[in-house]
Amino acid sequence: MVLSHASPSHDETLSGTFASRYVREPLPRYRMPAKSIPREAAYQIINDELMLDGNPRLNLASFVTTWMEPECDKLIMGSINKNYVDMDEYPVTTELQNRCVNMIAHLFNAPIKEDETAVGVGTVGSSEAIMLAGLAFKRKWQNKRKEQGKPYDKPNIVTGANVQVCWEKFARYFEVELKEVKLSEGYYVMDPVKAVEMVDENTICVAAILGSTLTGEFEDVKLLNDLLTEKNKETGWNVPIHVDAASGGFIAPFLYPELEWDFRLPLVKSINVSGHKYGLVYAGVGWVIWRSKEDLPEELIFHINYLGTDQPTFTLNFSKGSSQIIAQYYQLIRLGLEGYKDIMENCKGNAAVLREGVAATGRFDILSKETGVPLVAFSLKDSSKFSVFDISENLRRFGWIVPAYTMPANAEHVAVLRVVIREDFSRSFSERLVGDIQKILHELDERATHAVTVVTATAAQSNDGVVAKKSVLEIEREVAAHWRNVVKKKKTGVC
Amino acid sequence: MVLSKAVSESDMSVHSTFASRYVRASLPRYRMPENSIPKEAAYQIINDELMLDGNPRLNLASFVTTWMEPECDKLIMAAINKNYVDMDEYPVTTELQNRCVNMIAHLFHAPLGESETAVGVGTVGSSEAIMLAGLAFKRRWQNKRRAEGKPFDKPNIVTGANVQVCWEKFARYFEVELREVKLRDGYYVMDPAKAVEMVDENTICVAAILGSTLNGEFEDVKLLNDLLEAKNGETGWGTPIHVDAASGGFIAPFLYPDLEWDFRLPWVKSINVSGHKYGLVYAGIGWCIWRGKEDLPEELIFHINYLGADQPTFTLNFSKGSSQVIAQYYQLIRHGFEGYRNIMENCHENAMVLKDGLEKTGRFDIVSKDDGVPLVAFSLKDRSRHDEFEISDMLRRFGWIVPAYTMPPDAQHVTVLRVVIREEFSRTLAERLVLDIEKVMYQLDALPSRLVPPPPTAALLVRKKSELETQRSVTEAWKKFVLAKKTNGVC
Repeated sequence: MVLSHASPSHDETLSGTFASRYVREPLPRYRMPAKSIPREAAYQIINDELMLDGNPRLNLASFVTTWMEPECDKLIMGSINKNYVDMDEYPVTTELQNRCVNMIAHLFNAPIKEDETAVGVGTVGSSEAIMLAGLAFKRKWQNKRKEQGKPYDKPNIVTGANVQVCWEKFARYFEVELKEVKLSEGYYVMDPVKAVEMVDENTICVAAILGSTLTGEFEDVKLLNDLLTEKNKETGWNVPIHVDAASGGFIAPFLYPELEWDFRLPLVKSINVSGHKYGLVYAGVGWVIWRSKEDLPEELIFHINYLGTDQPTFTLNFSKGSSQIIAQYYQLIRLGLEGYKDIMENCKGNAAVLREGVAATGRFDILSKETGVPLVAFSLKDSSKFSVFDISENLRRFGWIVPAYTMPANAEHVAVLRVVIREDFSRSFSERLVGDIQKILHELDERATHAVTVVTATAAQSNDGVVAKKSVLEIEREVAAHWRNVVKKKKTGVC
Repeated sequence: MVLSKAVSESDMSVHSTFASRYVRASLPRYRMPENSIPKEAAYQIINDELMLDGNPRLNLASFVTTWMEPECDKLIMAAINKNYVDMDEYPVTTELQNRCVNMIAHLFHAPLGESETAVGVGTVGSSEAIMLAGLAFKRRWQNKRRAEGKPFDKPNIVTGANVQVCWEKFARYFEVELREVKLRDGYYVMDPAKAVEMVDENTICVAAILGSTLNGEFEDVKLLNDLLEAKNGETGWGTPIHVDAASGGFIAPFLYPDLEWDFRLPWVKSINVSGHKYGLVYAGIGWCIWRGKEDLPEELIFHINYLGADQPTFTLNFSKGSSQVIAQYYQLIRHGFEGYRNIMENCHENAMVLKDGLEKTGRFDIVSKDDGVPLVAFSLKDRSRHDEFEISDMLRRFGWIVPAYTMPPDAQHVTVLRVVIREEFSRTLAERLVLDIEKVMYQLDALPSRLVPPPPTAALLVRKKSELETQRSVTEAWKKFVLAKKTNGVC
C-alpha cells in the first residue's frame, strides 16, 4: 500500500497563478510584505494592474516617442544593465554619446572647425538640459558682473508665458526671476519686441521656444536676434539667447532648412532638444549643445578621474541607464538625414489630414499653424452648451487620450484640444479620430438640447413670479464650472 | 532567352549583413549620414561595437544592479514607452510610485499616522534626490533667517571629505558652501564630534553617509544626532540632519535592524536611497523621503493639473521612463522583507569569503569593516615595488574590473582596491577572484618595479637615464598630476 501525502501547504509552484494563494490574498499597499512571493505571481499581479493604464500609443497628449523598431528594442534590452556614468568601464557607450553630441551640433550648424569637437552633453530630458544651460548663463553673468564690480544677486530670465513648466522650475530652484511676456488672443507665442523691451542689466538670457507646447508654433528667433543685437549695441549688456528646441530641434532642420533659428544666429549660445520627442527615442534622453567652449564656464565642469583618464562631466544626474543614448545613436545612423526628413514630412501630411477633417466639421477654429510642430490645436466655435473639456472626457470612452487646456495669461478664456502627431500616428488614425469626434459632438448636442428642455420646463412652471428653482442638472453644471475655475487658476501649465 | 539583370543597387536587403555595403562603407562619426540604412545593419553595427564595452556583470567597481529576473525584464520592456510624467494617462504607474514611496518610508520608520501618506518622491538616482533634499533644507533655512531678519546669503553644509561627488555638485550648482570634515589615517568616515564643531548659524544641514563609497562603513548617525541635539539646545539654531543612505538604506533595515540611523532619530529630516544599488533595480532610480510635510516647503512643489486632477510634483527631471519605478515595485513585492534579508545576508557572507581569501594571501591589509555595505577594500602591505593601480590594470586581463583609488584628504597616501559584492556575485566568483589576484601578484613579483629607481651602479658618473626610465618617470609625473586634479572620483 502506498502512503500518499498531501502536497505541503507552501508548495506554491503547483497552483496556477490565477488561483494561487498569493493572488487571493491582498498585498499590503503601503508596507513591504513580510514574505517573498514567486516571480510569476509578482509578474502577473503587476502586469494585470498595469492593464488599467492608458495605452501609450493612443496617448495623443504627448510628444514623447511611443514606438521604436524591434531591432532597437533588442539593443535597449541588451544595455539595460549598463550604468551610463561608468565611463571607464563602458568606453564604447561613452563614445556613442560623444558622436551623438557632435552629430546634433552639426545639425544645428554649430561653428565647429574640422578638427574640433562639439561642446554638449546627453541628459535625461530637456528639463535637465535647460537647467544646465540656465546654470551656465547664470554663472557667466555673475562672473561678468563681479568683474565689473556690480551687484549680481538679482538675475532674471526673459521668456514667453507659453514656456513649459521646467523653465519655472529652473527659475524657482536656482533663484532666478522669471519675466514672462504675456500672450494675447490670437498671438500665442513670445513677442520678440516685447521680450527685448523687458531685458535689463540683470537679464542672464532670453529664452525662445522652437515649437511652443500649446500650438506647435516656432517663435521668430531671427527677429529676436536682430532686435537684441541692436539693444546690446546700445547698452553694452551682451545679453545672449537660448533656444528651447525641445520639439522643434529635430523638425526644423528637415522640414524648414532655410529657417534661421540655430547657431547661424550669432547671439544664440546654447540649444536644447529632446531626443525623446522628435528625436524618435523612448522617454529619457535630451541633449544640450553649447556654441563653443567659452559659453560653458570651466568651473561648472567636474573632472572625474578613473585610473588616470580624465572625463569632464556637467550633468545633474549621475547614475542612469545607457539604453536611450544607444537608441538615439541607432536612430541617427539608421535613418540619417534622409530618413528623418521622410518621417517629418509624413507627420506633417498626417497633421494636414487631421486638420482638414476637423475643420470640415464646421464646429471648430484651428489655432495651430501649418508650419511648426506637427500637431493640431482646435477650439470650439461655440462653447455655450459644452466645452472642449467635455469632448476630451468623452473621447476617453473610445480609447483616445486627447487633452484640453486653457491658454496661459493673458488668454485664459481660450480653451483648446490638442492632438500631437507622432511617427506612429497613421492616416487611418486621423480619419478614425475625426469620426469619433463627430459622434461625440452629436451626443453632446443631444444632451444639451435635452437639458435646455428640462430647464425651460422648470422655469415655465413657476411663471407666477416665484423664483424658479434651479434644476439639478443646472446646479451640477454651476458647481462643476466653479470648481473648474478654481482648479484652472491653480494650474501650472501645459506640458 | 531570359534576360537576367544584376541585382539593382538599391536592393540591399538581399545582401547578408556582414557583407553588405553598409558595413563596408564607413559611417561618418560626427555628422549624421545622408542616407538611411536597413535596420538589421544598424543593429549589427552598434551591437558589434558595443562588444568592446566591459561586461557589466564583471564590473566590480559599481554598486549599481546588473541583473534582474527575466519576469522583471518583461515588465521593463512592456513599460519602456510609458512616459512617467504623464500621471493622468498612466494612473496605475503613478500609484505604484506612491506605494513604493510609502513602503520605503515605513522601512525607514517615518513617523506616519495610520491614515497618513508619506512625503517622498522617485528620482532618477541619488544625485537628483540629494539635490532635492538640499534644496528643501536651503529654502527652509532661508525662510527661517528671513523671518528672523538675519542675512541668508551664505548657506553652508557640513559633510565628511568622503562624500560622493554629487554633494560637491549640489554645493557648486546651488551656491552653498561645502564644509568638509577631513579624514585621517585609519578613520575614513566623518567624525561626528568634528562635524558638530563646524556647524554655525549658516549651516543648512549636516549630511551623514550610511555606506561610505570608499570602504562601505556606516557613519555613526546616532552619535551625530545626540551631539547635534546638545548643540541645538545651546544655540537654538535647529540644525537638521540628512542621511545619504544611497547604499546603506536597503541594507541596514535587513542586516542591522537595531541600528538607529533613520527617522527614529529626531533630527533626521530627510533620507535618500538609491533604488538602483541595493534596491536591486537597474540604473536609473532613486528615492528621497522626508520626515513630514513641514520638512518640504510648499513653495518648491509644483502643482500640475490635467483635466482637473491635481498632482503635486517636486523633481528636477520631467519626462523619463517608467520602467525602473515598476521594476522597484516588482522587487519590493516579489521579495518582501524576507527576500531582501536573505539577499543581503548572502552578500555579506560572500564578502567574508572574499575577505578571508585575501587575508590568507598575507599580502594585503583589509581597510573595510565587516559591518556596513558588503564590499571588500584592501591595500598592499608592501607598496615599495608595485602599487594597487598595477594590480587593477592586470586584473583587467582576466576580465575583472576592480578599481583602485586614493583616499581623500587627509589620507591621500592610502590607496585601496575595492570589490563591491552585488546580489549576483556568487561564492564561486569570489574564490575565482582570489585565485586571479594571486596569479597577478605572482606575475608582478617577477616584474621589475616601476616605482623604485635602480640601485646605484659602481661607476659613480652621473649616467644618462635610459629611454625606458625617462618614459617611466614622465608617466609617473603625469599620473601624479592627474591624480592631484582628481575630484574625489570614487563613485
